[in-house]
Amino acid sequence: MAVTVSIPTILRTHTGGEKTVEANGSTVAEVIDNLDSNHGGIKGRLVKEGTLHRFVNIYVNDEDVRFSGGLEASVADGDNVTILPAVAGG
Amino acid sequence: MLRIRRDLVDAIVAHARRDHPDEACGVIAGPEGADRPERFIPMLNAARSPTFYEFDSADLLKLYREMDANDEVPVVIYHSHTATEAYPSRTDVSYASEPEAHYVLVSTRDETDEFRSYRIVDGEITEEPVEVVTEYPSATEAFSE
Repeated sequence: MAVTVSIPTILRTHTGGEKTVEANGSTVAEVIDNLDSNHGGIKGRLVKEGTLHRFVNIYVNDEDVRFSGGLEASVADGDNVTILPAVAGG
Repeated sequence: MLRIRRDLVDAIVAHARRDHPDEACGVIAGPEGADRPERFIPMLNAARSPTFYEFDSADLLKLYREMDANDEVPVVIYHSHTATEAYPSRTDVSYASEPEAHYVLVSTRDETDEFRSYRIVDGEITEEPVEVVTEYPSATEAFSE
């Protein structure tokens, strides 16, 4: 399952400056593992102790995966996965 | 240094006053690479809290897609503190993930309009001067200087 992944500015150091990259997987977790095998270190920026890092939002097409199964959310061939840092503070 | 138009400063302060006692937040987008804040985009504080702010996740996606389509970046990311000074909190620093952005803080704790700007990179806060201007120099004026 090939998907397109949009990479936010802060993580482009892992992708050689690329804004979008291709990845494979049938769940968000698999896509992240596949990303990490090509762009080392990116997984550690997204996942902490087996769950999605609270500073990061991941969307499959328009859906925030926090509301659709988290890392186990499924992705289909041709889907767009968007990674965005949460904008928040105190 | 942050160079910003007076009307944009006024718009941020007005938003912060309007949402007080909750924190207000938003973005001023500008052309990629220009470091020039132009388009004022007030955001909803999904946390609706006097001590926390968070862009709604669907709004965030819409905002970034829109900026992407316009070749814009978030030049300014602003929010208010409603009971403390306009200085980034530990939470602000832990979430800060736009090293190119000017993080603007406004305090609504009293009548003074405290308006300050920071860079937050790798967990380190650096305050920067703010220059308020009536308008940005046009490309031709800048060229003749």
